Amino acid sequence: MSNDHSGRIRMMQGNEACAEGALVAGCRFFAGYPITPSTEVAEHLSVKFPKIGGRFIQMEDEIAAMGAIIGASLTGMKSLTATSGPGFSLKQENIGYACMAEVPCVIINVMRGGPSTGMPTLPAQMDVQQARWGTHGDHGIIVLSASSAQESYEQTIRAFNLAEKYMTPVILLLDEIVGHTTEKVIIPDESKIEIVNRRKPAEKPKDYLPYRETEDCIPTLAPFGTGYRYNVTGLCHNETGFPTNDNKIIGKLVHRLVKKIVMHADDIIEVKKTMLDDAEIGIFAYGSVSRSARSAVLKCREMGIKAGLLEPKVLWPFPKKEVLAMARKVKAIIVPELNMGQMAREVELASRCAVPVHKLGRVDGNPIDPREIVDMIKGVV
Amino acid sequence: MFNYLEYIREKNFPHIWCAGCGDGIVLKAILRAIEKSGISLDETVMVSGIGCSSRTPGYVDMNTLHTTHGRAIPFATGVKHGNPKLNVIVITGDGDATAIGGNHLIHAARRNIDITVLLYNNYIYGMTGGQCSPTTPTGSRAATAPFGNIEPPFNTSGLAIAAGASFVARADVYNVANCEKMIAMALAKKGFSLVEILTPCPTAFGRRNKMASPVKLMEWLRDNAVPAAKWKKMTEEERRGRMETGVLMDVDKPEYTAEYEKLVTSLRTGK
Amino acid sequence: MMERYEIRLSGSGGQGLILAGKILAEAAAIYEGRNAVQTQSYGPEARGGASKAEVVISDGEIDYPKALELDLLLSLTQESCRKYSGDLKKGGILIIDSGLVKDLPKGEFKVYSLPITEIATEKVGKAVVTNIVALGILTRIAGVISEESVKKAILARVPKGTEELNMKAFDEGFRAGNELLS
Repeated sequence: MSNDHSGRIRMMQGNEACAEGALVAGCRFFAGYPITPSTEVAEHLSVKFPKIGGRFIQMEDEIAAMGAIIGASLTGMKSLTATSGPGFSLKQENIGYACMAEVPCVIINVMRGGPSTGMPTLPAQMDVQQARWGTHGDHGIIVLSASSAQESYEQTIRAFNLAEKYMTPVILLLDEIVGHTTEKVIIPDESKIEIVNRRKPAEKPKDYLPYRETEDCIPTLAPFGTGYRYNVTGLCHNETGFPTNDNKIIGKLVHRLVKKIVMHADDIIEVKKTMLDDAEIGIFAYGSVSRSARSAVLKCREMGIKAGLLEPKVLWPFPKKEVLAMARKVKAIIVPELNMGQMAREVELASRCAVPVHKLGRVDGNPIDPREIVDMIKGVV
Repeated sequence: MFNYLEYIREKNFPHIWCAGCGDGIVLKAILRAIEKSGISLDETVMVSGIGCSSRTPGYVDMNTLHTTHGRAIPFATGVKHGNPKLNVIVITGDGDATAIGGNHLIHAARRNIDITVLLYNNYIYGMTGGQCSPTTPTGSRAATAPFGNIEPPFNTSGLAIAAGASFVARADVYNVANCEKMIAMALAKKGFSLVEILTPCPTAFGRRNKMASPVKLMEWLRDNAVPAAKWKKMTEEERRGRMETGVLMDVDKPEYTAEYEKLVTSLRTGK
Repeated sequence: MMERYEIRLSGSGGQGLILAGKILAEAAAIYEGRNAVQTQSYGPEARGGASKAEVVISDGEIDYPKALELDLLLSLTQESCRKYSGDLKKGGILIIDSGLVKDLPKGEFKVYSLPITEIATEKVGKAVVTNIVALGILTRIAGVISEESVKKAILARVPKGTEELNMKAFDEGFRAGNELLS
């Protein structure tokens, strides 16, 4: 999409771009609770939704907002909430519910510094592991990342498409810099944007099984109120959606919830490579930090150092194959991130000790300056 | 004879409730009230939280949504706001709705969103084995109040009224006819409605409080849940420790989804 | 082709600097077809405290969105001038409100001192347009974005009914900048 320059140009901050992306994706339900630095997503939709018949509601707390979007999604609405660190923590139980009950929805987390109340107005990337493992229990999850306003727009659309396709919650991670940076967004013609909608049951209500076993592991949930009377629960359940204590069925269910994402990883995972073909130093960076990394790569090339960048657009499932391929080509990998090495450990694992992995972590609320990355590369070289 | 089979998921029986539990009596009252109110099962969604009462939706043949602990009301709010044509019933208990979900209860009442909350009050956490809840009477024993509860209980109906609910009633499973009537009225109400239904838990509450026999608990309800007409004639002294049943609040006021629809219309037409 | 021109607008919360930053970025990106990125940094205060908005303008892609070496710093308060002037590059431009910034930071940059708030209150008649007066001054002194583009961007952003007031504020600022340069 970003190569299409025929569209309209607008200046937007990342948060507003998310809201605009949601509108285009067909999202018509938002429930949220005010929290810095994500609030502009809610504010923007509170203006837009009533004008087009979409539903906006400010809930009494973060937990309620997460519950409300699951309820709305079950009526067939594409549903969104937006939050930040502390709110993301509060939402975790119901995110797990959406995983278990396989209810599509999108959660945007504009990351700020933690732990606890931390740094409300300052950027961080400290929730990347929480996004993967924040809720209890084994489950698959899809987590996307955006590094610019343009990507915030595009990744929000993709988040809805993946949620609807795989019947799962999808988390989109921005950081405060991306959320609050105003820059150009090229909005393509709507006819050129791919929109995915969840499957509808082909069978009659009497033959319908909401969680029927299928080859692609994806269930088909009919919107409430359409004559398909079924049960949805967070308890382990069988194909009918009713709770079960049958260990065999429970084991199969949890396996399927994980397999549903793993088996489709190639369709889900997306990375962007910059000057990686002949690189001797590989950088793995995401979100706002990938912009610092890109600057650093260009600077290094000017100095004759062959640096390259691997930018995951999808953080989970983790792009293991892509990281391993990079590890086999370069002499060292550098992972700059606004935390103390949360993704660096994944890079280490995926690179199978093929090369040294150097962490460049910042947790003081400052962005990572491209010059810091250049200095580290010089040190490694 | 009322044909319960038309409303239930027969294959999910027998139910999980203990012998002597009142939840089955409430279930039957709900089904009769649904029939009376004429709402379509295809257009009705029953939402519950966690606990004994919250297992009710499993037995009722409609779209049912068994959610996380305390959160039935937010999920129900999403269902109702997502598709306002649906009738939304919330089944919850005293622990689910007034402890972990207390915030949602008061805000849904304030918002006056058109959902019907049927709150089974058995004065105890039954499913987890009899710990005290926000409605456990002072002095009563519970698994976590082995020497008697030192906390005062919530007046749950009073809480809903104070928070702005447009319809609030109290009922009990001894006076089943009233229970059915209150549920039917709540279903018919446009706006946030709540029926607090007093129901016995012999296993977790009765056994610890010298009322192990279900009959004892029924007698306790008979003697302490007082219909409004009789309540009015009682002295303060006679009222102590007893509960008034019947309609406690019934007003008409703007309902949330209707107000939202008005906003949409006014923005679209400029009127 | 211009590589990176970095502007930082600083002052206290409530002075409208973030809006001014957005206007500058829109002027460059929408009305001149260049790339522009605007970022902000703010404290917990809605009013007061030290606040800044940054704009990076370039004819090429802008990767790192924040300022690294400032070409221009505008300071409307003493505190913000002290706090944010360290990143000004050699030969850069510092524009200060002469009524509010008394202690000048040391460094090899050109200082332009004007009574910005006073121009807004006295000549335009409203303190609320201080940010637009500052934009007029900055546009003239920096000479990076055209007067016409900034004016168009202002008109697209300000509330209906305030267009005339804002144009007057911009013109007064532009004129003051012009006088200082000539």
